Amino acid sequence: MSEKRVQTGKYFMMGNIACAEGAIAAGCEFAAGYPITPATEIANRLAERLPQVGGVFLQMEDEISSIAAIVGASWTGKKVMTATSGPGISLMLENIGFAIGVETPCVIVNIQRGAPTTGMPTAGVTGDMVQARRGSHGDYEIIALCPASPQEMFDHTVLAFNLAEQFRTPVFVLSDAFVGHMREEVVIPEPEKIATAYRKIPPAGADPQKIKGFLDEDVAPMPIFGRGFKAHVTSSCHDEYGKRNLSDLSALDLFVRRLSNKILKHKSEIIQVERNDQNTEVVLVSYGAVSRAASMAAMRAQEDGMAVGTFRLITAWPFPEEEIESMAKKAKKVIVLENNLGQLYPYIRAAAAHYADVYFLPPRVIGEIHDPEEILKKIREVIA
Amino acid sequence: MSELNHPLHRFIRPSVTSTTNCPGCGNGIVAQAILRAIDELSLDLDDFVFVSGIGCSAWIPSPFFNADVLHTTHGRPIAFGLGIKMGLPEKKVMVISGDGDLAAIGGNHLIHNARRNVEMIVVCLNNSIYGMTGGQAAPTTPMGLKTTTTPYGTYESPFDISKLVIAAGASFVARWTTFHPRQMTATIKKAIRKKGFSFIEVITQCPVQFGRKTGAGSSVQMLREYKEKSISVKEAVKLSEGKLGEKIVVGELVDKDMPEMVEEIMKIKGKASGEKR
Repeated sequence: MSEKRVQTGKYFMMGNIACAEGAIAAGCEFAAGYPITPATEIANRLAERLPQVGGVFLQMEDEISSIAAIVGASWTGKKVMTATSGPGISLMLENIGFAIGVETPCVIVNIQRGAPTTGMPTAGVTGDMVQARRGSHGDYEIIALCPASPQEMFDHTVLAFNLAEQFRTPVFVLSDAFVGHMREEVVIPEPEKIATAYRKIPPAGADPQKIKGFLDEDVAPMPIFGRGFKAHVTSSCHDEYGKRNLSDLSALDLFVRRLSNKILKHKSEIIQVERNDQNTEVVLVSYGAVSRAASMAAMRAQEDGMAVGTFRLITAWPFPEEEIESMAKKAKKVIVLENNLGQLYPYIRAAAAHYADVYFLPPRVIGEIHDPEEILKKIREVIA
Repeated sequence: MSELNHPLHRFIRPSVTSTTNCPGCGNGIVAQAILRAIDELSLDLDDFVFVSGIGCSAWIPSPFFNADVLHTTHGRPIAFGLGIKMGLPEKKVMVISGDGDLAAIGGNHLIHNARRNVEMIVVCLNNSIYGMTGGQAAPTTPMGLKTTTTPYGTYESPFDISKLVIAAGASFVARWTTFHPRQMTATIKKAIRKKGFSFIEVITQCPVQFGRKTGAGSSVQMLREYKEKSISVKEAVKLSEGKLGEKIVVGELVDKDMPEMVEEIMKIKGKASGEKR
């Protein structure tokens, strides 16, 4: 491979490597991280590749400082990322809340592994789906994508950078050890065919006193450092100008609502799902690696003459509630497949159960991907 | 009649009209020393990015300084500052925070960035107590002292933060007290120009949460105590460890030249991008 930013070509590539290449193709200039299985390959690749394109990778003393450093660098106008696994995310959560609170674009890749606690580092278990949504304290909204292949590790990482820039917020790539370590064909397009977004910033020479750099539901321009904007950036409750307010509850109300509404108001621009559920009675709902088993099971069921379709969440958060409702209205039975004990199941059930019967199927053994035969058995069971 | 303004008033954010500091707090003395140093070097606040954590002293740059300011989570300002320095290597990154923030919850980032010798100025206001939360023992609180969380007296040895940072490898380390504003200013000027990790510990009074609760007394009493206890580095070396006792060793403790991390990274970038193979 050359030292170019975009490694255009067709490769047999590991998901984690594709993720790092996606980041660099999207314009990532700074990354910081701490070694952890099964995400380390991303750090290794970024450490090699970022300096080639004028960027920097720093190995930090822990995950807390990793997220802190990338948020600091993002405030200088750089596109930034970190990659880790569940234990690292647990350590980062406070500063992820910080990044949300002061509206900082950054990409956080979680290559999920067997948990709780140290768990089983090489097992792929999507056990951090709700952590990404609710892990940091307080009410907030997050964006999270669920790649299902090495190709999507590339594509979704690019998309994550674009969403982060567009909405000035942290964006999760919620992968797992299966997809991160999977090797498959990855096609990296020509640079001009890769869409990239960049955050709005105030015009040069803007009067610092008049810059409304925060709390706009349509995303305020980011008064990045080093441009004379004299930005006051505080994680304390603040107003549109960044001014701290710790006494007025209506300021807190605006702080909470506007940050959340910034994502919720633009849900339709963010949410992506993949639907193959036309004229089907049973719909298999899944995301990530499990969706590969779901597709296989649906295909076999169709071969056996059963009307079975699939619905894949590409965006886990903001939650595609309306899309699930519209799917459930037409389906009779919905089977939710996750290789955990049911993390998105309660959310899917809440959206679908009014219209269809909703079932949950974990794999036979947590840490496995469902055997399509097991899914077929469940399909026959719910139809019967 | 024209309005009279403090000569450093132009450095204060226009939207700030009042202080959150308690009467007698040392924050003002340190804030003045920092701004005076910047002024005397003929620098502008736009040459800096200020970073702070959580605690009373973290509120010196946020919101008072009319500059780019990042007020961060508890203990992490140095880690955020490192990222800022990576993005804006030509700017001066100054962290202003307290002993609890930098040496307790943020101790790891303090020692690791001292080790990295990344160009950054860290001003640590050490008041030996958690002031903002109401006078809890800190890792800097002297042994045996009664605080709100040690009602029977502390049972732990305090940190000597400067020694810790020296051991971690910082290229510039100094200690002053709020009784020494002029010396502090001169040292801050040096630190601003230093190519490396510069750490300035300022022993400062918290008359409300420390003085009142531990019996150390008023602000004036505490400043008088700093005056009496302070001993210069030169004088201190003449005394035995025992005789140093409760003295406060003040002055520039370390000033050495070492490879600076941002410069080292620039070399690596050159190597990696093929200047050339």
